Amino acid sequence: MTTAVQVDVAVIGGGVVGCAVARELAGREVSVALIESRGDVGDATSKANTAILHTGFDAVPGSLESSMVRRGYALLSDYAAEVGIPVERTGAVLVAWAADELAALPGLADKAVRNGYDSCEVVDAAAVYAMVPALGPGALGGLVVPDESIICPWTTTLAYATEAQQRGALLLLGRRVTGVAVGTEATTISTTAGEVRAAWIVNAAGLGGDMVDRMLGHDRFTVVPRRGELLVFDKLARALVDRIVLPVPSAKGKGVLVSPTIFGNVMLGPTSENLVDRSDTSTSAEGFAFLTSKGRTIMPALLDEEVTASYAGLRAATEHSDYVVEVDPAQRYVLLGGIRSTGLTASMALAERACDLMEAAGLSLHVRAGVPPPPRMPNIGEAFPRPYQRVDLIEHDPEYGTIVCFCERVSRGEIRDALRSPIPPCDADGLRRRTRALMGRCQGFFCGAEVEAMLREQT
Amino acid sequence: MSEQRATLRPTVAIVGGGPAGLTAATTLRRLGIESVLVLEREQQAGGIPRNSDHTGYGVRDLRTVLTGPAYAERLVRQARDWRVDIRTASTVTDWADDRSLMVTSPEGRLRVDAQAVVLATGARERPRSARMVPGDRPSGVLTTGQLQNLVHGRHERSGGQVGVRAVVVGAELVSWSAVLTLREAGCATAMMTTEHQRAESYAAFTIPGRSLLRVPVSRRTRVTRIVGRERVEAVEVTRLDTGQSMTVPCDTVVFTGDWIPDGELARLRGLDMDRGSRAPLVDTALRTSLDGVFAAGNLLHPVDTADVAALDGRHVAAQVLAYLAAPSWPVEGTRLVAGEGFAWIAPGVVRLGDPPPARSRLLLWPTAHRSVARVVVRQDDAVLARRVLPWAASPGRVFRVPWGLLDKVDPSGGDVTVSLA
Ligand SMILES: Cc1cc2nc3c(=O)[nH]c(=O)nc-3n(C[C@H](O)[C@H](O)[C@H](O)COP(=O)(O)OP(=O)(O)OC[C@H]3O[C@@H](n4cnc5c(N)ncnc54)[C@H](O)[C@@H]3O)c2cc1C
Ligand SMILES: Cc1cc2nc3c(=O)[nH]c(=O)nc-3n(C[C@H](O)[C@H](O)[C@H](O)COP(=O)(O)OP(=O)(O)OC[C@H]3O[C@@H](n4cnc5c(N)ncnc54)[C@H](O)[C@@H]3O)c2cc1C
Repeated sequence: MTTAVQVDVAVIGGGVVGCAVARELAGREVSVALIESRGDVGDATSKANTAILHTGFDAVPGSLESSMVRRGYALLSDYAAEVGIPVERTGAVLVAWAADELAALPGLADKAVRNGYDSCEVVDAAAVYAMVPALGPGALGGLVVPDESIICPWTTTLAYATEAQQRGALLLLGRRVTGVAVGTEATTISTTAGEVRAAWIVNAAGLGGDMVDRMLGHDRFTVVPRRGELLVFDKLARALVDRIVLPVPSAKGKGVLVSPTIFGNVMLGPTSENLVDRSDTSTSAEGFAFLTSKGRTIMPALLDEEVTASYAGLRAATEHSDYVVEVDPAQRYVLLGGIRSTGLTASMALAERACDLMEAAGLSLHVRAGVPPPPRMPNIGEAFPRPYQRVDLIEHDPEYGTIVCFCERVSRGEIRDALRSPIPPCDADGLRRRTRALMGRCQGFFCGAEVEAMLREQT
Repeated sequence: MSEQRATLRPTVAIVGGGPAGLTAATTLRRLGIESVLVLEREQQAGGIPRNSDHTGYGVRDLRTVLTGPAYAERLVRQARDWRVDIRTASTVTDWADDRSLMVTSPEGRLRVDAQAVVLATGARERPRSARMVPGDRPSGVLTTGQLQNLVHGRHERSGGQVGVRAVVVGAELVSWSAVLTLREAGCATAMMTTEHQRAESYAAFTIPGRSLLRVPVSRRTRVTRIVGRERVEAVEVTRLDTGQSMTVPCDTVVFTGDWIPDGELARLRGLDMDRGSRAPLVDTALRTSLDGVFAAGNLLHPVDTADVAALDGRHVAAQVLAYLAAPSWPVEGTRLVAGEGFAWIAPGVVRLGDPPPARSRLLLWPTAHRSVARVVVRQDDAVLARRVLPWAASPGRVFRVPWGLLDKVDPSGGDVTVSLA
């Protein structure tokens, strides 16, 4: 058992939002702890999404989500360049397949303007096919969104967490919060591995956000896990599509998209289905059937390629249409709830927002002088030089020329680096998120044994 | 990204140091080609047999029976004796040009400019994800390749990936090989599943002890779901004919067979591909659609036995030699197409004046079982040949058709279809 930890601010939840908050706070004049129930950061919804850095063109104008996505896009774009999070500004094209969808395009362009984004452009079918020649027949027109981008969701969360730690934040992994008692001076947080005392707490518990909120006596929202299943196609499909292909959103949600991934694959999804079990990230036969039938319409040639992976993520949907972001000054408590389907993009804006709310409620959050420089993250994006391609690196350290995972071309040097990194992986999945090892088309046929051995030697 | 440290200029560059690549290399040296380079991405050459620790290798090419590792070692030794330049830990990642390869190795980034290139990159099994089996994503889900690497490779301990009770998906030769390996690792096979009416493999060549394994084979079934959050707890097995499903408890699932060629390099250079096998399209001289680029082994016929891959290597060597002597590359040809009862046929192009294929056999992949295999060859609606072959056609095992059945093909005619009646 660990002895009680005492900090100024405790952040509950080590997803992309919680890690962004911890990083931001750790750059201010307060002590910070991040409490995460899993053994690694970014191991819940933040690892399983469509990984688009949204412009927010299609948000609900005037909503908090709209402003957070817009601000988050700008902040994260800059941060990504600074620390080396792979981002590709592929742009998107929203495709109309029916007359009513075509008619909706000008309205969407107007809505984009109301969301502060004025670069959308309505184009005709010929222009759509010129942009995406592999598109199936029947497209009537489209809306171009030049700034929609793809990003590495794993590196993003890890960069935040790494910088938070370097700035002095305590990462308390493998501890689930089981109870919260607000005192006059400090709040006592009970976890599965000891207590944490903090003056302020930030709830960024994602799918568990409402439960933590109830621990503080509130009853203002309930999370409904909304499953999104995705299929990832072989890298050989990447030549088919060089930008994000979006459907026209309907009352039923955003629909199924086809998008290149930052790792050089093509993704098809997500589905949208409300579940009861908040930990059920299984995939389903129905989901696969739905996606393949959609895919056949959107891009028939895609279905001729092999599926490399499939997964499911759970959106923290709630009965509210907007994020549920509140401050309770008396309880010294900030809630970042219901961050459903745009939280990766909005993460840094939400962190900023949380700090603003705490400051307004009286917590002094001066920016700290002398914070260490931001980390430089290893590149796992396909569009940027990877170690196996870098003569300079291999010359200096042959381990970068020793490829272990052939499909993804991950070198022994990168795996070694990840295992020795400030926040090392605790299992094969964690290693995959840091290096791409094992996520390729063979799924371990060739290198599974070797990678497992390296993992066991070092952990 | 064509930056590199050094350029190698062998006469022939061979990608892949498995039975096909090594045999091609040795044969080329025997035929007098001075500089032959084999690029192998693994730490050791030898290919798949290295980790296939049972006997049954080398029958047709070496006229002996060896275990996989002994066979691999023999081929490597032969190649070295013939002074083939084998570079291990060298992954061909890309092309710099036609017949020019980019390689990553601990020595750095190399460029290899050759006069001829042979692709011999082999095949792999489709993993669970490519077969789109839904459910949880726990540990304990393997392919035979990974299983054998875990158990026989340099990785003495399997790290808990191999449990005590397995379900093996598939019932072909490789599946039995998986059962043997599981048993060696202390894991019993509770069930084998196959979508076919009869277990695909029977007495093709014996894996010792197979009859003693007594594993129940569940026919006409498919694994439709994997259950278990952290570790496999069970699989759901569904009967194809009734839709009825049952839950089979297990802690390990091995997906076997369902092969796919490692055709990435071929695709990256835009070589013509065969839609059925997903292999590069070749003619009987094992020429691909790209001038100076040949292919051999399981890359072309996923998956035949190692000796057949090796004999491909021998065959391609003679063709490479002819090409080096008189570099010309044919274009037109008549397509061979897999008809009813077959998933693919290799080679896929025939041409007047070309040599017969390796071993004078066409290789096909049956999709259905026939104890009596009646083969029909058609061209432009005319039946050219009809013959009952003295061996059965069985899914999961390459079916061989004698070259003579194509005697009547008109090289100026349309596609030639080979089917099972
Ligand atoms: C299918 C899908 C597609 C998406 N696509 C995109 C996209 O393209 N772009 C985009 O910007 N966003 C996208 N999103 C949304 C984005 O993934 C989420 O908004 C974001 O990941 C939410 O991050 P989070 O930190 O709030 O939640 P999470 O990542 O779920 O993190 C919450 C953490 O809190 C921990 N926790 C919970 N309860 C407790 C407790 N009691 N004690 C301790 N720890 C606890 C959990 O273990 C978890 O690690 C998508 C989501 C899905 C599901
Ligand atoms: C479980 C199992 C049991 C088997 N049992 C038998 C048996 O009993 N008898 C039998 O005859 N056959 C058996 N086989 C089949 C036999 O292993 C294959 O037929 C044989 O290995 C095919 O040889 P190959 O050279 O075509 O391909 P492989 O052996 O697959 O060799 C291909 C080589 O190319 C390398 N390579 C691939 N891409 C690159 C690249 N880009 N750069 C550098 N190198 C690359 C690979 O690392 C590999 O070493 C079995 C197969 C399996 C999986």
